[in-house]
Amino acid sequence: MHVLELSRFQFALTAAIHYLYPPLSIGLGIMLVLIEGLWLKTKRPIYHQMARFYTKVFALTFAIGVATGIVMEFEFGTNWATYSRYVGDVFGSALAAEGIFAFFLESGFLAVLLFGWDKVGPKLHFFATCMVCLGAHFSAIWIVVANSWMQTPAGYHIVGEGLKARAEITDFWQLVFNPSSMDRLCHTLCGAWQAGAFLVVSVSAWYLLKRKHEEFARSSLRIGLTVGLAASLLQLVSGHDSAKGVAKNQPIKLAAFEGLYETQSNAPLALFGWVDEKSETLRGSVSIPGMLSFLIHNNTQTPVKGLRELAPQREDRPPVNASFQFYHLMVAVGFGMILVAGMGFLYFWHGSLFERRWLLWLLVLSVLGPQIANQAGWFAAEVGRQPWIVYGVLRTSQGLSEVVKANQVVAAIILFSLVYMLLFAVFIYLLNDKIQHGPDEADLEPSGKLGLGRRDAL
Amino acid sequence: MNFENLDLQAIWFILVGVLFTGYAMLDGFDLGVGALHLFTRTDEHRRIMLNAIGPVWDGNEVWLVTGGGALFAAFPAVYATVFSGFYLAFVLLLVALIFRAVAIEFRSKQPMRWWRQMWDIGFSAGSILSSLLIGVAMGNIAWGIPLDERGEFAGTFLSLLGPYPLMLGVTTVALFMMHGALYALLKTEGALHDQLRGWINNCIIFFIICYAITTMATLLYVPHMAARVRATPWLFSIAILNMLAIANIPREVHHGRDGRAFLSSCVAMIALMGLFGLEMFPNLVLSNPNPANSLSVRNSASSTKTLSIMLTIALTGVPVVLAYTASIYWIFRGKVKIGRMSY
Repeated sequence: MHVLELSRFQFALTAAIHYLYPPLSIGLGIMLVLIEGLWLKTKRPIYHQMARFYTKVFALTFAIGVATGIVMEFEFGTNWATYSRYVGDVFGSALAAEGIFAFFLESGFLAVLLFGWDKVGPKLHFFATCMVCLGAHFSAIWIVVANSWMQTPAGYHIVGEGLKARAEITDFWQLVFNPSSMDRLCHTLCGAWQAGAFLVVSVSAWYLLKRKHEEFARSSLRIGLTVGLAASLLQLVSGHDSAKGVAKNQPIKLAAFEGLYETQSNAPLALFGWVDEKSETLRGSVSIPGMLSFLIHNNTQTPVKGLRELAPQREDRPPVNASFQFYHLMVAVGFGMILVAGMGFLYFWHGSLFERRWLLWLLVLSVLGPQIANQAGWFAAEVGRQPWIVYGVLRTSQGLSEVVKANQVVAAIILFSLVYMLLFAVFIYLLNDKIQHGPDEADLEPSGKLGLGRRDAL
Repeated sequence: MNFENLDLQAIWFILVGVLFTGYAMLDGFDLGVGALHLFTRTDEHRRIMLNAIGPVWDGNEVWLVTGGGALFAAFPAVYATVFSGFYLAFVLLLVALIFRAVAIEFRSKQPMRWWRQMWDIGFSAGSILSSLLIGVAMGNIAWGIPLDERGEFAGTFLSLLGPYPLMLGVTTVALFMMHGALYALLKTEGALHDQLRGWINNCIIFFIICYAITTMATLLYVPHMAARVRATPWLFSIAILNMLAIANIPREVHHGRDGRAFLSSCVAMIALMGLFGLEMFPNLVLSNPNPANSLSVRNSASSTKTLSIMLTIALTGVPVVLAYTASIYWIFRGKVKIGRMSY
């Protein structure tokens, strides 16, 4: 294989695996803030026990998130050196800001969150938890800003020509608030909150099925379902906004998402289908006529442009079927999450959830939903960006490291695959172990400074 | 804020240097603790060693991440050339860093002997390999690497493993081991503390031998890395400070002043990095042969606008970072006690 395909594969592999963990850290961060806040407010020991339990799960995801994240930051330089030279002036500042504003905050206060239980008072501990959560959200902000700049570049100009050409910043705030960054940030954060909430839901439902730690599980399920449902509904709104943004800023990408070749008014929205890229048709699809026009323009009669008009040359199009399938998978799972969370929520308040074992089983499996949707959505966004590495500015094939050879990339892929497989296996093993072990009864009684009355502590 | 009338390229040379010095001083001790890890015999001692760095290793590694980010933003050409040129070396470094990170986290999660031994070895090997590779990279940058006229690396992976870079790699391992042992001394008591006191002497001797050889090799074979001090004799005071700081370490250890010994080691590292930076400036990567192709702050920096924006970011962010990093070290001061939440 060519270095281009290999390097893309390496980046996709390392990013996909990395992206399993930070959404969990962000989502669990929110859950921890809520749970610990509830504990401070109500003083019910069960919330203390819950905070302790989910902190352990958080620690696990955080450690792997950090370890796999360092790889991401250096991979721009190792595999995409020409890209790095070209965009460093613009793109690098977002990454540096991420380090200073997000990572230090996160990792610094993580120490207090994990090891500070007996060393600081409850309020200071709660403050540390909030800071870790905030840091996790900041890291999402800066990396999504950087990635959105690759999708919809703004606030820059090109200086120099030929091999010397490079992008230089003209307006920092235009770079930060580029046309897609806020839509995509909301979308990413909602996905992360879903990931955290449904992990909590899944663990709680499992305990209820096994009739273990039932009081704990009921309280924790309530919080999880509430956040999960809220995030899933928000995700629907944010997804719609994002798609409208794509239609406006990256119409080729939207046409690929929908498998739309012909410019048409009353454009249909395909629920599923298979794009035959050779004959440029969408096969076996079930579509709602006019729906795509309506969703984008609020009017079924407004035409939506197709790929033949937008990108007559095939080399200017992304892989259409892959974009279509990833996008539709994400949307389908997104609706599924709303359904599952909605049902769980209804029956919970109705009081009959615990008798419906099938639904509890569904809730156990629901942890996979956000993970699948996050991965599929990310693949849709990045595959749909092709053939550009910076949309409309620099092609992916022009961004490679010139000195890196195919055999080196193969060696790196093999190494990373082995290490990541091992990590993933260990992660699942330890996560399962923690869940089987369950919340600690001893945690019902806060120890150390946390055990003191409020006035005696900080 | 507008800083565009300052020499931003030089300022960012210093700031990137400060970030990497911070990294060496902080992650240096936890890499060093990792290198010493297998010398401790009992499980309890190993847990104490791990928990000595437990709350802080994560934040320490962020200095590397931020240093990398700053290098990318301020000197994209250097970031691109070094990372793609040292491709396999960096992949190995990343794998080593991953291993030691997760080994710290995973080791004490299961009681089985094989489980703990596996992660002990992962932690130690990862730490030693990371230190070695960081030193080798520094050595290559000091020695000079072949660059073509467009600033692309023109050598091979094996050409990076010359005797001088390897020597600098070993010296870095020795320096971090000494630094880590001093930090561990601060965090331990009783039998382990006594044992560490014994090792420290060996660590210091090992480091001083490496240091002497490297310094001699530098003076003999890499004269450009001593040129500025030779031309400006008052700069020799930094070298003297460095030697005095190193000499002070065994003295403080002997008197049982562990904190001061650790600080001396920090001062020695700052002086070493200061000398390294002084000799490199204005170059970031030396081209050898063809010095004309070197990457310097003048030909590889980002635009003044970007450097100015980044300086604003640094001036707002860094004081806050330093404030809470210091308070976290304060919260976790004192000797390690193994508790329920410990590694």
